[in-house]
Amino acid sequence: MYLSEDFRLKVGLAEMLKGGVIMDVTNVAQAKIAEKAGAAAVMALERVPADIRKEGGVARMASIRVIREIMEAVSIPVMAKARIGHFMEARVLEALGVDYIDESEVLTPADEEHHIDKRESKVPFVCGARNLGEALRRIAEGAAMIRTKGEAGSGNIVEAVRHMRTIIKEMKQLTVLGKEELVHEAKNLGAPLELVEWVAANGKLPVPNFSAGGIATPADAALVMQLGAEAVFVGSGIFKSEDPDTRARAIVKAATYFNDPVKLLEASEELGEAMRGLDVSKLPESELLQTRGW
Amino acid sequence: MKTVGVLALQGDFDAHRKAVERAGARAIEVRTAADLSQCDGLILPGGESTTILKLLEDEKLLEPLRNFGQEKPIYGTCAGAILLAREVTHPVQPSLSLMDIVVERNAYGRQIDSRIARVPVNGQDELEAVFIRAPIIRRVGGEVRVLARYHGDPVWVEQGRHMVTTFHPELTDDPRIHRHFVDKL
Repeated sequence: MYLSEDFRLKVGLAEMLKGGVIMDVTNVAQAKIAEKAGAAAVMALERVPADIRKEGGVARMASIRVIREIMEAVSIPVMAKARIGHFMEARVLEALGVDYIDESEVLTPADEEHHIDKRESKVPFVCGARNLGEALRRIAEGAAMIRTKGEAGSGNIVEAVRHMRTIIKEMKQLTVLGKEELVHEAKNLGAPLELVEWVAANGKLPVPNFSAGGIATPADAALVMQLGAEAVFVGSGIFKSEDPDTRARAIVKAATYFNDPVKLLEASEELGEAMRGLDVSKLPESELLQTRGW
Repeated sequence: MKTVGVLALQGDFDAHRKAVERAGARAIEVRTAADLSQCDGLILPGGESTTILKLLEDEKLLEPLRNFGQEKPIYGTCAGAILLAREVTHPVQPSLSLMDIVVERNAYGRQIDSRIARVPVNGQDELEAVFIRAPIIRRVGGEVRVLARYHGDPVWVEQGRHMVTTFHPELTDDPRIHRHFVDKL
């Protein structure tokens, strides 16, 4: 499967997004601001995660009309979210022709046991993960891009950092294990041996590894890039801030110059207020988005 | 050994770095005008051309790149081909205008229209061409040489020291196209 032409094309688009910023947008006006600011792609959704968190209720795939309008309004790739396990939302998005589908914990899960079988879809999928086992299970199901889950809508980078560090550390550990130990690790990780062996041999995921969930400042974006993220998703962090346009440009610059503190300093000046953040450790378990899916 | 810079603002620059090394040259990442001084040639990678263009404008890199292109070879893939073109359509956007080609963005359609094709080179050897939301070269000037076509459209062209492909040889193991570029240095 990993060498099939379909899968290579799916991963290929993820390759093109590296070093970029994928921005959550809820309407055409926001999509145009994002594109003008240098977003590598936009993610069309009904409400940004911070609003979903605040307003509650069932969060579903965005309105088709809005997604279509956004697809017509911008020339960059357009992604859209489907609920975990909701393979019919995914098929609708595939028929619509979006460029990437995010099977996302930010929306209310439709199936608490099963994720979508993503292998048959012509449209590539991205999925969230907190650790290596979760990442490899999603890849086994056909995901062509992994992102950390972080804690969406929190404006707090701590969970994205935890998840990226966990995935990177677990991959490093595999590289020093012997063949029989990898079989045991595959069992511990709950992941196919074939993928565990691939990671052990290459020290990285077989698909691009991005970060999401809590990025609110240019320095946040640079931090996760330093930890190993190859691109970043920004959800509420842009359009819940005081000056979305300036902040969007600044985070784009930070994703490129994450290793250049002088450029980061330039990007961090005169940004206006960031979104208000949440102390994730004080959130009750039932309000965490990252525990959705497995 | 020749040194090839890979513009590393956004896109699949890491895949190009590896492809340059497979072709037998040294690769460095280029993010500032100062980085260019070490390069014998430059690759503009695939990625989002609007994003790369925005960063080139904000970081005042357009003039340094044009000046570099007056003396040394530049190879653009996909988004890089868009940046090198004289004219860009769908939508119209500025470019470096270093090659006499007119390029239409996202001309095959969206990601579901991305494809892998086998294209003949010099009428004989086949090349695996990975097209991802690829542009189409709609017109080429008199000094432009077409090296490969797909469905009749030029997909690999060169003009003097510069060249472009609308597809991504860096996403295959075939080093021929990068070698061809390294030979121009």
